[in-house]
Amino acid sequence: MTEPRVCVLRAAGVNCNEETAFAFERAGAEVREIHVNQLLESPKLLGEFGAVAIPGGFSYGDDIAAGRILALEIDETLGEAFRSLVERGGLVIGICNGFQVLIKSGLLPGPSPDGPPIRATLRDNASHRYEDRWVRLRPDPSLCLFLNDDDELELPAAHAEGRFTVADESDLERLASDRRVALRYLGPEPGPAPYPFNPNGSAGDVAAIVDATGQVLGMMPHPERALFPWQHPRWTRERGRRTQGDGARIFENAVRHLRA
Amino acid sequence: MLWHFEISPRENFESAASHDVERHLAALGWRRMGPVEARRLYLLGGDIDEEDARRLGARLLSDEVVETCRVDAFDAVPSDDPRSVTITRKAGVMEPAEESIRRGAARLGLELDEIRTGTCFRFLGDLEEGDLETVARRLLANDVVDEILPGRRGLPLPHHPEPYRFRRIVVPLPDTDEGLLELSRSMGLSLNLEEMRTVRGHFAKMGRDPTDVELETLAQTWSEHCKHKTFTARVTMGERRYENLLKETVFEATRSLNKDWCVSVFKDNAGIVRFDDDFDLCIKVETHNHPSAIEPYGGAGTGLGGVIRDILGTGQGGKPVANLDVFCVGRPDVSAHNLPAGVHHPLRILEGVVAGVRDYGNRMGIPTVSGAVLFDERYTGNPLVFCGTVGLIPRGMSEGEARPGDLIVALGGRTGRDGIHGATFSSRELHEESESVDGGAVQIGNAITEKRMMDVLLAARDRHLFRAVTDCGAGGFSSAVGEMAEHIGADVELSRAPLKYPGLSYAEIWISEAQERMVLAVPPEHLDELKALCDSEDVESSVLGTFTDTSRLRLFYEGESVADMDMDFLHNGLPRPSREATWSPPPQEPREGFESRQPSDALAALLEEPNLASKEWIIRQYDHEVQAGSCIKPLVGARSDGPGDGSVVAPRLGSTKGFALGLGVQPWIADLDPYLASTAALDEAVRNVVAVGGDPEHTCLLDNFSWGNTAKPDRLGALVLAAEGLKDAALAMGMPFVSGKDSLNNEYATRDGSICIPHTVVVTALSLVHDVERTTTMDLKKAGNRLILVGPTRDERGGSAWMRLHGRRGDLAPHVDLKLAPKIHAAIHRVIRAGYAESCHDLSDGGLAAALAEMALAGDLGLEVELECVPGSEELETDAILFSETPSRYVLEIAASQWDDVRSILDGVPAADIGAVTASKRVRATHGKDTVVLDEDVDELAARFRSGLTRYMEGESRD
Repeated sequence: MTEPRVCVLRAAGVNCNEETAFAFERAGAEVREIHVNQLLESPKLLGEFGAVAIPGGFSYGDDIAAGRILALEIDETLGEAFRSLVERGGLVIGICNGFQVLIKSGLLPGPSPDGPPIRATLRDNASHRYEDRWVRLRPDPSLCLFLNDDDELELPAAHAEGRFTVADESDLERLASDRRVALRYLGPEPGPAPYPFNPNGSAGDVAAIVDATGQVLGMMPHPERALFPWQHPRWTRERGRRTQGDGARIFENAVRHLRA
Repeated sequence: MLWHFEISPRENFESAASHDVERHLAALGWRRMGPVEARRLYLLGGDIDEEDARRLGARLLSDEVVETCRVDAFDAVPSDDPRSVTITRKAGVMEPAEESIRRGAARLGLELDEIRTGTCFRFLGDLEEGDLETVARRLLANDVVDEILPGRRGLPLPHHPEPYRFRRIVVPLPDTDEGLLELSRSMGLSLNLEEMRTVRGHFAKMGRDPTDVELETLAQTWSEHCKHKTFTARVTMGERRYENLLKETVFEATRSLNKDWCVSVFKDNAGIVRFDDDFDLCIKVETHNHPSAIEPYGGAGTGLGGVIRDILGTGQGGKPVANLDVFCVGRPDVSAHNLPAGVHHPLRILEGVVAGVRDYGNRMGIPTVSGAVLFDERYTGNPLVFCGTVGLIPRGMSEGEARPGDLIVALGGRTGRDGIHGATFSSRELHEESESVDGGAVQIGNAITEKRMMDVLLAARDRHLFRAVTDCGAGGFSSAVGEMAEHIGADVELSRAPLKYPGLSYAEIWISEAQERMVLAVPPEHLDELKALCDSEDVESSVLGTFTDTSRLRLFYEGESVADMDMDFLHNGLPRPSREATWSPPPQEPREGFESRQPSDALAALLEEPNLASKEWIIRQYDHEVQAGSCIKPLVGARSDGPGDGSVVAPRLGSTKGFALGLGVQPWIADLDPYLASTAALDEAVRNVVAVGGDPEHTCLLDNFSWGNTAKPDRLGALVLAAEGLKDAALAMGMPFVSGKDSLNNEYATRDGSICIPHTVVVTALSLVHDVERTTTMDLKKAGNRLILVGPTRDERGGSAWMRLHGRRGDLAPHVDLKLAPKIHAAIHRVIRAGYAESCHDLSDGGLAAALAEMALAGDLGLEVELECVPGSEELETDAILFSETPSRYVLEIAASQWDDVRSILDGVPAADIGAVTASKRVRATHGKDTVVLDEDVDELAARFRSGLTRYMEGESRD
């Protein structure tokens, strides 16, 4: 059996490509890192892959707004190639800057089968600062194919523009009722998560969403930085508690889905 | 046609930027001016009709969910508004977003030939005459790089620089000494009389006068910044005589230790040591003090960008894997009214330098894992910024050499007028007009240009497309080409350098310190492949010329010769100075006449003192986890807010081999004794790596000196002593220095005389960590565990945080016991490696009391210790045991059952069980039977520790 093939997208300023590629390889995928310039020249290249990952970083410096320019390139030139990948059952994951790219390109939230599009974006953190901190996350009951249980995860979040924002409260309600909220930040008590548990002021504590197929996932936290026990910030207090980091599950589930 | 775009937040989606300004206004006592609206402005021109303009606004420039975009034809912009101030970059200052805007527009099928960006702040409250200008200068902009337009809510026309017309400039050298000095001054050469005479003699022999660019090249190459004239000078101090100060101190330690794991020391852009079977580690730390004083954001960002390029330019190119930074600034509580003229407030400097490092480091995708911040009033006018980078370099690629016939290829960013005279500027004292006079020395970086260049450079390295590489740092092409061609020669055609804008003269092109540029030596047969690689990732590459075998540096502009210099004179013609140094110890402070605070009170005050308080406000803004190798992070403990000692990074994905980074700096001990200060700083750096599991047998060091004006004999005397201290301590520890740098002339000239910074040596330690799972952190882990104090305590409170808390200096400076210290470090390492250390913390600022409090608050647990058990405590008063800063001490936490095993590992080293971890969340210490000297609530201590710096950064008070 040939291993599932994953394209990890590179672009000027993308900087989590190596660890994202490593995470997929570790989960059993065959990975190629491809520069967006090459893809813009021949969008058909995407046809060779079962999944695309848009890694974290600062594509084009996050000039104007985080992910904006790469999103425009995808929307203008690669939209068809992405849509056809999804139509044939492929997966797309955007992590951090990748999520910002997906949401600004319109691939997320993406079309809603029964109703007008959900209007959402990611904007500057409520703290108005870049912040790197680990967060607790709870999977929502969702269509997301990268998550298959409701076990909590702990992952690092590191960004300046991760505040999930909807145009109207009803957009958030629809997203939840359509089972498209993949992960929410989790506070110490039941109910809404206060800062810094919700690190950026996201509406509804939303940390990750999927499109209507569950195949396109955008998430602010970084699963590729949580593969080994010793990457956890408290591992010296909890020696022996983990055999691997919580992020590994996301990549393993993706590869398992692609194999099926 | 020109179109003006104004992007505003929709109602209920106000940008956090405006809240930030409002918070700062409140802190400055200007709440009346708020609320504030912040809007982004763009001015775009090209063959664009109204429909195109609307498309640009909607698809490229704004986010319709949260923003609205107003589009106007440029002439129709209602730009006058007494409530608004518009801020935009000055002509010639890099604006990174322009390139992205151009690219985005191109994707929409629109070609832009005019771009200008800016921000408009609108103040809706009570405004008084001159408010806009004042607020803009104090809060919103820096007029070194920004144009401030009060009363405007729209952008002005883009700049159109005049094209350059070639004219070869010859500079006649005056016959008189006064004339020579005046020439050096007026051209900003920073060359002294002897050097100017040497230059005149050289050109007299050649029978001609130099061109401007020849003089500039000499000034750059001979600058203190590039040549370290002072450190390599002949120095006499009383009985001591040095033929070459550096060679006989710091170098000498390395030479005599002769470690076989040192690959390359003190010759390349970074020091190189062995890492594993496939890779070596390289490391460099640099200073960027003067640029950061004038423009903190740009200065610190390009400081980091520069040291990253040092790693890229080491051997055949290293891959950066970790950054560190050290900032020294004025006291955060200084009143804005008491600042010397022309000086930014320390908090503004700190905010700016943090943002500069954050934006550059985070964008480069390199984790910033280690750092320190020091506050002292003497840093107010002359703050210090140290940036360092560690890299991985494949074994066998640690050397590179250009050969005659290789092409000189410039890679990366374009050349602009930014950073002209940086090397010579940094070799002078700062003064109140530095801002206006030397503003050209300031650079604003573009990290993404450097990131793209790095990606291509490392790919080209792995395909063996070049033979040697170096970065354009101080002195720009002049230094980079000059160094690479030192032993061969070079011909350079300056008109081939790509420029950011027209108008640069050949001399400006040659010495510009524009960022993000590297120079490669490329064999002609590889040029096409290199160009194709560069083109595929939008990296600019240009052939500037050829390396030759002429031993001459020849520069041309459009074919006309503008310089023809002898390489030997350029590199070896600098007359070696002889310097006199003196040192007399400071007078002793009278010991009587001061009441010490109660231990409880002193401990609480120390924990919230900004020098000791949590740096979380800064650390969280740095991505310290990108590349996924960060395993002991800078913040540790139950709530991830404890102050970790060193940081540990496993730089190869999937491998548990790592390295530890630690820092040491002791400027207050230097007030008493620079020799003891540098040994203490070295010991501190070593403790920080050893405490987390670094191997002292495989530890290398870096020295970075920031000093006052060493033309003054007492400053030089302090430098001599500090260098001697480093040598002795390095020899005793068996740890070689592999790289270093010095920045002199850190004084701030005022009308009342010159303010000299404290003598500041930053020592960086880099240790191997054989297995990152065999490491530990400083947070208490479990009630019932025992606390072992390792290393003897003496009354050494001179220069300590405790003394400073009492407004004193003290006189008993900490001594490193050079015989015992290496044994202690080795023993601690054995305990950690054997897996016994549940936690380990070194004792530094604030002594034993602060260390114990930090361990407790980080672990969210309590502890109870008996001070009479402390080794060496028999003759000491309570305050000395609690707050002395004797070096080479650690607290270990171990399971009670393992004390016997650990005691045998610690054999030969003073160590004692001083108490236990408790579940009670109190820090308790007794001295003598039943005498409780500390009984503190851990949450209360934690609150003090957390708020000490943050309250200033969050803008509680600035006036």
